[in-house]
Amino acid sequence: MSGERLTCREFIDFIMSWLDGELEPAVRRSFAEHLEMCPDCVDYLDSYERTVALGKAAWDAPGDAEVPDEVPEELVQAVLAARRRA
Amino acid sequence: MAKQRVPEAARGAAGDSRLEGEAALLAGLRAGRDEAYEELVRTHAGRMLAVARRLLGDGEDARDAVQEAFVSAFRSIDRFAGGARLSTWLHRIVVNAALMKLRTRRRKPEEPLDDLLPAFLADGHRSEPRGPWQPASALERSEVRALVRRSIERLPESYRTVLLLRDIEELDTAEVAERLGVGPGVVKTRLHRARQALRGLLDPELLATAAGAGRTGAGAP
Repeated sequence: MSGERLTCREFIDFIMSWLDGELEPAVRRSFAEHLEMCPDCVDYLDSYERTVALGKAAWDAPGDAEVPDEVPEELVQAVLAARRRA
Repeated sequence: MAKQRVPEAARGAAGDSRLEGEAALLAGLRAGRDEAYEELVRTHAGRMLAVARRLLGDGEDARDAVQEAFVSAFRSIDRFAGGARLSTWLHRIVVNAALMKLRTRRRKPEEPLDDLLPAFLADGHRSEPRGPWQPASALERSEVRALVRRSIERLPESYRTVLLLRDIEELDTAEVAERLGVGPGVVKTRLHRARQALRGLLDPELLATAAGAGRTGAGAP
């Protein structure tokens, strides 16, 4: 049985709930049907999922990440001094 | 996705020695030994500074948040249950310290997010569909990662904070809601809008039709 037709706007509104498995079965069916017939939303969903993945990977790679190889000595000393004062 | 527990037998010698090292460090901390405190700081401060910089930017506030987080950790080391990893415990503490700093900062008026969200025609279709992105393999480059970091920094603070806490620091919706003093529904709405806005910022650079245009160094070796 087919669900109610979604517009692209509604489809995009539902993306996160769909990815989290939180859509009601009827809406999930409508979502899947829209995906079958709308290449623009296929592209949008793909780029949304890749945005999330790129965000997660943005600080992952050694070398270009923001994690300093060496902790600034001045920070270490400031923390240890704060402990002595505490 | 739920994180899988690694079975004890499969954890291997490296994992065992790490756990033993952490237990010894914890014993030293609880005994008040200076060298244990120094080891804790030298081992974890870099990662904690990275977390604070993501939330606060690369300034004095990030360093202050790390310092305050350590002081808070030192005070409560006796209450650390030992069930979690020290790094996980310290991560939560520095997130809290950074959020505290964010709250005390003077709030700048936020730019509206709407320009970065998809636009629609009256019939609900997107007004300007742009086509597919470059293949995933083309995006595994340091300049793309730098572009993503710069784009996250451009998001309005209330959206950026939720995106960082959920997608990068991997707190769950309830934890983020509690820390920000808002409902879970607000967290979900902000996260979805933040992801869409980030997608909107990346879109012109990562479209398949932008490949080779040199915008992000696409096609560079």
